[in-house]
Amino acid sequence: MSAEIKDPSRSSYYVDGDFYRTLIERFDDWQDDARIVNDHIERDMFRGLLEREARLLDQHRYESWLKMFTPECVYWAPGRPGGGDPRTEIAVIFDDRRRLEDRIFRLCTGYAWSQAPRSRTVRLVTNVEVFSTEEANRRMVRANFIINEFWDNETRLLTGWCGYNLQNTVEGWLIQAKQINLIDCDQCIRNPSIIL
Amino acid sequence: MSGFETREAQTPGHTTTSYDWDFLVQDDRVHRSIYADPEIFAAEMTHIFGKTWVYIAHESEIANPNDFVTRKLGLRPVIVVRDSDGRLRVLYNRCTHRGTTLCRQERGSARNFQCPYHGWNFGNNGKLRGVPWPDGYTQDIRDERFNLAQVPRVQSYRGFIFATLNMDAPDLLHWLGPITRPIDEWLDRNPGGKIVVCEANRFKYKGNWKLAYDNSSDGYHVIYSHRSLIETENRMTDEPNKGMAYYKNSPDSLAMYVQYMGNGHHFKDKRPNLQPRPGGLWALESLHPGMEYYESEFRSRYGERADSLLDLAGSEPVNINIFPNLSLLGNHIQVFEPVSVNETNAVWYGTRIEDVNGDIGDALEGINALRMRTQEGFPNFGEVDDLANFEQIQRGLDCLEDEWIYMNRGYGLPDRIKHNADGTISGPATDEVFMREYIKEWKRLMSGPAHLTIQREP
Repeated sequence: MSAEIKDPSRSSYYVDGDFYRTLIERFDDWQDDARIVNDHIERDMFRGLLEREARLLDQHRYESWLKMFTPECVYWAPGRPGGGDPRTEIAVIFDDRRRLEDRIFRLCTGYAWSQAPRSRTVRLVTNVEVFSTEEANRRMVRANFIINEFWDNETRLLTGWCGYNLQNTVEGWLIQAKQINLIDCDQCIRNPSIIL
Repeated sequence: MSGFETREAQTPGHTTTSYDWDFLVQDDRVHRSIYADPEIFAAEMTHIFGKTWVYIAHESEIANPNDFVTRKLGLRPVIVVRDSDGRLRVLYNRCTHRGTTLCRQERGSARNFQCPYHGWNFGNNGKLRGVPWPDGYTQDIRDERFNLAQVPRVQSYRGFIFATLNMDAPDLLHWLGPITRPIDEWLDRNPGGKIVVCEANRFKYKGNWKLAYDNSSDGYHVIYSHRSLIETENRMTDEPNKGMAYYKNSPDSLAMYVQYMGNGHHFKDKRPNLQPRPGGLWALESLHPGMEYYESEFRSRYGERADSLLDLAGSEPVNINIFPNLSLLGNHIQVFEPVSVNETNAVWYGTRIEDVNGDIGDALEGINALRMRTQEGFPNFGEVDDLANFEQIQRGLDCLEDEWIYMNRGYGLPDRIKHNADGTISGPATDEVFMREYIKEWKRLMSGPAHLTIQREP
């Protein structure tokens, strides 16, 4: 395979059986008190990373936001509390790198009627907790969120918590997996079309 | 146990004789009020969601005795349960004492349901088992009038469970009629003709439920309402050929067609657009997570079989619409749930396959993983735009003096519509003939009497 074919923006070879197994394993039972990172500097660094992410999304700066992810990433909103198994269950969202870029491409076509006019959002990110993993260059982070979304003459709340798997790379800490746990993920939602 | 002996005819909920139905529903247009009048919506809850067969759940959701899901029949909260004897029942989720809903869980397994208010306890066949301090009643409280009300007719067609409160409705199979052919084909392309419901993409919109049913065979909206989807699916090719790109040029000249199937059902068949070969369906798929990996893996491991395995993950290009609330499309079971005159839930249940015949083997995990990702595509990138447009129709209907909604595409054009020997009516892909026909069935149900019946175990 040439490098171009393996470009995860163009093709999807990395979402294989091992990818799913590792993802499920990492997001199962990871919020262990014994693994909480108490170092204030490190916690503040991750808090800053999440605050920047929220700002980029509020400002529709999608290209910059995408750069916060590793090339072989996943953006996942499970369809039921607890996450479920994305190999055998429909998720609200399960995007690899290419589909995440599809998602942003669609919003920029000018023909995404669900976002015409587009929503205004203000995101609050809080309760940030950092968890160490068995790998020195990998952290799991949990944060609660409230997205205030103004659309169609009303403001609503989308709320829940996110789990992040972050990898320390030559470009700094990048998001390999973002799991968005909407509080009402298994209920009917009106116009779920913004980036979460 | 042979069933029920007690029948109760309910008082007719709504008399609909005050409406001039021939004025509201005409040959090529309908009046705004059928989407916007709360009184008409209230009448629909008896004349449609009561008087005709309504899809209520899939058998795979309640696979074992004692399994249940809670649903709505129209607006009536019900418990769909496979009772301890294995019989499918649709119980009113309403304590016979004071009216409380008995069960507040969306799914589970239970031999009995105990009212959280005063503790009345019912078996999952609907019979009252006991109440706290029964000596406070003059007679044995275990009288049949205190058994749960239930829907008298519950029938399943190949796993799809339907219910009606109308004792005079035709048998389910007869009522489905010719639409059973596409249902059978939709199921039989899967191993053993079997699918299993596996969670859902769940939406609500601020619009009348019929806006979704009108849309379900509509080939005219595709190229515009879904323009963002089609552009996205084809963003990496110079020659758009993925997803529904075949609608782009002259869709009415293609072999795909729309067909009115009787009793309000209709069918959009886009399969004639496929290359007629194993892998023809897969060739139409746009870009999905993991697709290149699994495709190359299947090709190296299974050789020529790979194409038909990949087709199992592909999205079957049909819309099988069963009046009033069920739509089979791609691999989805979509259900329309009316909430109020201008609110509707649209639930896109996903389906996975099982290795029923033992010939899928270790390809199963990959097929289902791909099948989940193909199913998430349209709800995320297509349905949201339709729903935005449905909401804006409902808003436009607030223009009281501009009264009419048109369903006249193709109407009156010679040689466009074909009346088939089996009573079905076919037309080209973007024709609105299916709307004109199904709304006649809606008018028939709305304008006639509704005699609804509940039953209780003796």
